[in-house]
Amino acid sequence: MVQQPLRKRDLRQKLEILADAAKYDASCASSGTAKKNSLGGKGVGSTEGMGICHAYAPDGRCISLLKILLTNHCIFDCHYCINRKSSNAPRARFTPQEVVDLTLSFYRRNYIEGLFLSSGIVKSANHTMEQLVEVARILREEHDFRGYIHLKTIPEADTEIIHQAGLYADRVSINVELPTDQGLTRLAPDKNARQIEGAMGRTKERILTAKDERKRFRHAPRFAPAGQSTQMIIGADDASDAAIIGKASRLYGDFGLRRVYYSAFSPIPDASAVLPLKRPPLLREHRLYQSDWLMRFYGFAPEEVANAAEADGNLPLDIDPKLAWALKFRGSFPVDVNRAPREMLLRVPGLGTKAVARILASRRHRRLRLDDVARLTVSVAKVRPFICTVDWRPTFLTDRADLRGLIIQKSEQLELF
Amino acid sequence: MRVMPYAAIGAHYAVHLPAPDDFAFWRERARGLIQCDVPPDRVSWIEPGATGDLFAAEGPSRAERRMPAPPADARPVRASQRFLTLARSAALHSEPTRFALLYRVLWRLQRQPRLMEDKADPEVRRLEELAKSVRRDAHKMHAFVRFREVQEEDGTPHFVAWFEPDHHIVRAEAAFFMRRFANMRWSILTPRGSIHWDGTTMREGPPARREDAPGGDPVEELWRSYYASIFNPARLKVGAMLSEMPKKYWKNLPEAELIPQLIAGAQAREAAMVAAGARDERARPETLAKVAQGIAACRDCPIADCGTRAVAGEGPSQAALMIVGEQPGDQEDIAGRPFVGPAGQLLDEYLAAAGIERGAAYVTNAVKHFKFAWKGKHRLHQSPGAKEIDTCRWWLDAERALVRPRIVLALGASAARGLLGRTVSVNRERGQAILLGDGAELWVTVHPSYLLRLDGAAREKQAVLFAADLAMVRERLGVD
Repeated sequence: MVQQPLRKRDLRQKLEILADAAKYDASCASSGTAKKNSLGGKGVGSTEGMGICHAYAPDGRCISLLKILLTNHCIFDCHYCINRKSSNAPRARFTPQEVVDLTLSFYRRNYIEGLFLSSGIVKSANHTMEQLVEVARILREEHDFRGYIHLKTIPEADTEIIHQAGLYADRVSINVELPTDQGLTRLAPDKNARQIEGAMGRTKERILTAKDERKRFRHAPRFAPAGQSTQMIIGADDASDAAIIGKASRLYGDFGLRRVYYSAFSPIPDASAVLPLKRPPLLREHRLYQSDWLMRFYGFAPEEVANAAEADGNLPLDIDPKLAWALKFRGSFPVDVNRAPREMLLRVPGLGTKAVARILASRRHRRLRLDDVARLTVSVAKVRPFICTVDWRPTFLTDRADLRGLIIQKSEQLELF
Repeated sequence: MRVMPYAAIGAHYAVHLPAPDDFAFWRERARGLIQCDVPPDRVSWIEPGATGDLFAAEGPSRAERRMPAPPADARPVRASQRFLTLARSAALHSEPTRFALLYRVLWRLQRQPRLMEDKADPEVRRLEELAKSVRRDAHKMHAFVRFREVQEEDGTPHFVAWFEPDHHIVRAEAAFFMRRFANMRWSILTPRGSIHWDGTTMREGPPARREDAPGGDPVEELWRSYYASIFNPARLKVGAMLSEMPKKYWKNLPEAELIPQLIAGAQAREAAMVAAGARDERARPETLAKVAQGIAACRDCPIADCGTRAVAGEGPSQAALMIVGEQPGDQEDIAGRPFVGPAGQLLDEYLAAAGIERGAAYVTNAVKHFKFAWKGKHRLHQSPGAKEIDTCRWWLDAERALVRPRIVLALGASAARGLLGRTVSVNRERGQAILLGDGAELWVTVHPSYLLRLDGAAREKQAVLFAADLAMVRERLGVD
């Protein structure tokens, strides 16, 4: 089939190709940046701390940003990537002005919170990065756009260009791509783990410096106020959940990342033959996010989450990691909701941070009974085997060998309609 | 309004609110009633349009007239900041009993100042639930308002949206849209009232009907394209979508009309991708003989249908050296053995000169089938593509895993790609070892057929380099 020359393709076709190519990037967050609004300006846009999901796709994922690639031409040949050089995917390329126009048209109609812009690497890393920065510059300087901008940065690009990106963007991200160096060598042979981590380290330094300057000079320029994030492909190599969790916690620690995104490797059109043939269960990605949550909000150490994994280093798929941990360490339960410290309450399967806060506030006023707990939590049935109250003690549940079977929820079914 | 000097004993009071979201009015009346010690069961709170309960049946004029005035020495009414924040939100709920609930909690707060901390109290909990659904409704309004552009008579664009909130949030949320779209002219029309911003002032209008809002916008076509393309059909999760974007919102979201067809087509799209891009899951063969059988049966890429037969590797199953070529040529295809043609003979000469025994090495190719094009009666060699090399890499990996060579010698760029997965420049990589994932050393050099194509000085120069590469491999083999 003869491909149509690019210039004849209309904007809509380009949008279809370049949004399709961007859908494997898991991040669509638009939260946690500096507050701004369009009052007193010439353009549009506001960010108020909390991100807004303007739509949800049938894959359950939020659509908050216009997430597109500037181009899906790429000189790299990463096997998990639909845009790799050796893929037969149809190619397209936006001009910076086209991306600007699309962003503003969508924003004015309240379809989006802003722009997530990434790109295949064309000509050189520097050339590509300059084009990404140019889009952000036009939006910010020529249109006084005050919405959210997330730029993907290219670790191979010069530090000065990456610096420019951070001055225009709310968030920058550099993908670590794969959880292990061996995986990266095998599946992303043109990429280099040290280069990626070096770029993350420099970005962290700049974010810290900018924050520090801002404390002393009110008008010091902001640098990526929503911080930096990264993404790992899950299931394309044989890294275990324990290895992934360890890598993520090192990344959080070393580079002060706001988020580590996990993207379950999924079948892509024209997949490379080096990839595994079956996709990993989507539930695995979900379990990793849950374990991430345990470390960030529930006080679990990475080793503790890894302890919840099974012999092969992977988290069980049929139960969540907190429940898996509780079942392995039954000696820590039941927890007395009227006495236990916050750290222990946070370990009870089924108690979220909000429920724990409610319990702590309420127990200053009353001795909690089971139906009090029921009012404070989403599901008392899930919590009951692990707590005691004035009128409730799980006499045998935590000792029962089939406890796991008793509390496992029905596995999710695909719905059709 | 005539004011009673105090609350009549046993009297019932009806308060008619001027607007369903008028929290300030409720606050003022509630303060007065509490100061007059009127218990919650003696107050009715009536929204505009509502008939109220039995006690309010007398109508607004008489009920208002009966409002008591607090005594001069009345104690000030107190409420925690937490209550005030929650009450402001909960008052916007469409639940008709919300003002009565608010009054009951405010009443109890006078005797239990820390009541709001008792999250297990059913009334406190209920208040939190009301406030939560109002917050959610406001958040959904921020998210799901869809403006459509119309031209005003003076040519300026005017962005108009139709939205159906569950609660009385429109007035409260106007400020959000003002901050975001400060320099646009816009209107949000809802069945509960409308708001209009002209770039400088905010104006409130009466309830509207859907027909008052424009029916479409040319940009919606682009937006729908985006919506359909950003979705990954291999990850269908309809439940997750529905919990965040319930169906009641769909009718006002231009993209939502695509959802049924996207879901219906998703499984077919995924199945097609898997079928086109991948092979059946299979276990790695346990012996070299099974590898050879597997290669013979393999139809994972189009080359397989070209030649006479597949050519597996040959040599000792535990060889220290593995030599990898590009692909079988015409003669190899006929003989079913690697490196028997002119290039193979040249390789034998150089190996002998370097002191490497070919019989001790495992010799194979990156691609196992002969790729060619007919030219007259001749089968003309064609280089394999990256995809074909990558497809065949599975077999090469299987051979390597069984033989476990300490040194691998890649002849040419195709062989190097088969081992490394990336396109390499032979000139840049030759002369140094590349460590492979299993600890083996990879040495890259040119393919002997390259030497066959050269003449004169160029050939002499390359021959020296090739011999030097082999000598280096010999040296590494000698190190034990």
